Amino acid sequence: MGDEPYIDWAWLGRHLDGSDGVWVRLANHLRLTVIAVGVGLVVSFLLALLVRRWRWALSPVVWTTGILYTIPSLALFALLVPITGFTVLTGEIGLVSYTLLILTRNILAGLEGVPADVREAATGMGYSRSQLLLRVDLPLALPVIVAGLRVATVTTIGLVTVTSLIGLSNLGQFILQGIRQIFNTPLVVGAVLSIALAVLADLGLLGLQRVVAPWSRRAAGNG
Amino acid sequence: MGDVAAYISGHAGLFLQRTIEHLQISALALAVALLVGLPLALWLGHAGRGGFLAVNSSNIGRALPTLALLALLLPVFGLTDRTTIVALAALAVPPIVTNAYTGIRGVDRDVVEAARGMGMRGAQVLARVELPLAAPIVIAGVRTSAVQVVATATLGAVIAGGGLGRFIVDGFAIGDTPQIVAGAIAVAVLSILTEVGLGAVERLVTPTGTTLAQRGPRARRTAAEPAPGARAPI
Repeated sequence: MGDEPYIDWAWLGRHLDGSDGVWVRLANHLRLTVIAVGVGLVVSFLLALLVRRWRWALSPVVWTTGILYTIPSLALFALLVPITGFTVLTGEIGLVSYTLLILTRNILAGLEGVPADVREAATGMGYSRSQLLLRVDLPLALPVIVAGLRVATVTTIGLVTVTSLIGLSNLGQFILQGIRQIFNTPLVVGAVLSIALAVLADLGLLGLQRVVAPWSRRAAGNG
Repeated sequence: MGDVAAYISGHAGLFLQRTIEHLQISALALAVALLVGLPLALWLGHAGRGGFLAVNSSNIGRALPTLALLALLLPVFGLTDRTTIVALAALAVPPIVTNAYTGIRGVDRDVVEAARGMGMRGAQVLARVELPLAAPIVIAGVRTSAVQVVATATLGAVIAGGGLGRFIVDGFAIGDTPQIVAGAIAVAVLSILTEVGLGAVERLVTPTGTTLAQRGPRARRTAAEPAPGARAPI
């Protein structure tokens, strides 16, 4: 490895296409991330509504999501393999588990930050519970929720590389390939692309937030 | 589960050895991170400089997947535990820096002024006033890093290193389910014990008389919840 160049461009050119090429693995990486964060968002939202309805649920929810977050990803995947096998399902269950703590915490913090008088005014104007949630609470909580979404997405993109150890196709496969063959180029390709994907996803979500919720500009970045 | 129990009891010595390796790697990495991160953050916090970098280093660190960092360090340090230790230390620095900086900056300025008025020098103010008052938040950052290091040390096995991750990686390689599950349970238990144990230390170092309000929002976390700068344990 010593004097070998960090990247062999000819190798990269030969490994762009095909079922184990850069494009397919990049797309799979993105797909695993989007599904995990999407499902995580739905589950976290339900958990947050549960806590808002029944206050006593807060401790169990925080503890469960906290414990899931503390278990190392490789261990969690390993525990799931005997049940769900070396499948995308195993990967997604693990990835979703890691989004729950961050997303639930931020959704709750965002909803709690909605001023009480704004909610009262809306109720006084005849808004129903669901209208209040969709038209008042959620838009006002959006900046904090998106801040959590950004953290969850960036974290998930990093964790997806670990799912290559249970055989899933993604950028982590290049890293494993590089380690097994003691060859720098796939190592660097996998590492650099996953970092670039994380940075782009973070900036993309920030940009999206500014477009769909321009009122959130001042509050953005907390969480 | 019977197979798993049989595997563990049949390899008790190996489990002990791997656990010791795991803790050694983690302790070394955390020590390096503390030596680098803590003096830097305390000085920055005391001088009130570099706030943007100190606060945002956690966000930058999060974008760096552990496996990618291990991969990038591999050509430099080779297939050894040294690579793992350097990668873990690098990932442990940001939460330490962010929390220590925030903690020191959060100390009431009136208290600092009073200490100066009493004739304390800069270093004395830091050591006798700022650090004791910021201790819970500083320790919270160390705890976040420590849990992350213990959890992430598992991945050292991927680059042929020691530690409890070996059971999982070797188990995958030969399709030995009891070994995989036994390793996973050991890693999970060690991580949770680290989290809970350091939570107890955190409560011990909180000076009596420091109220929750003075400690700030970061100290008001429940035991299983990571500090704001935390990454997922990879």
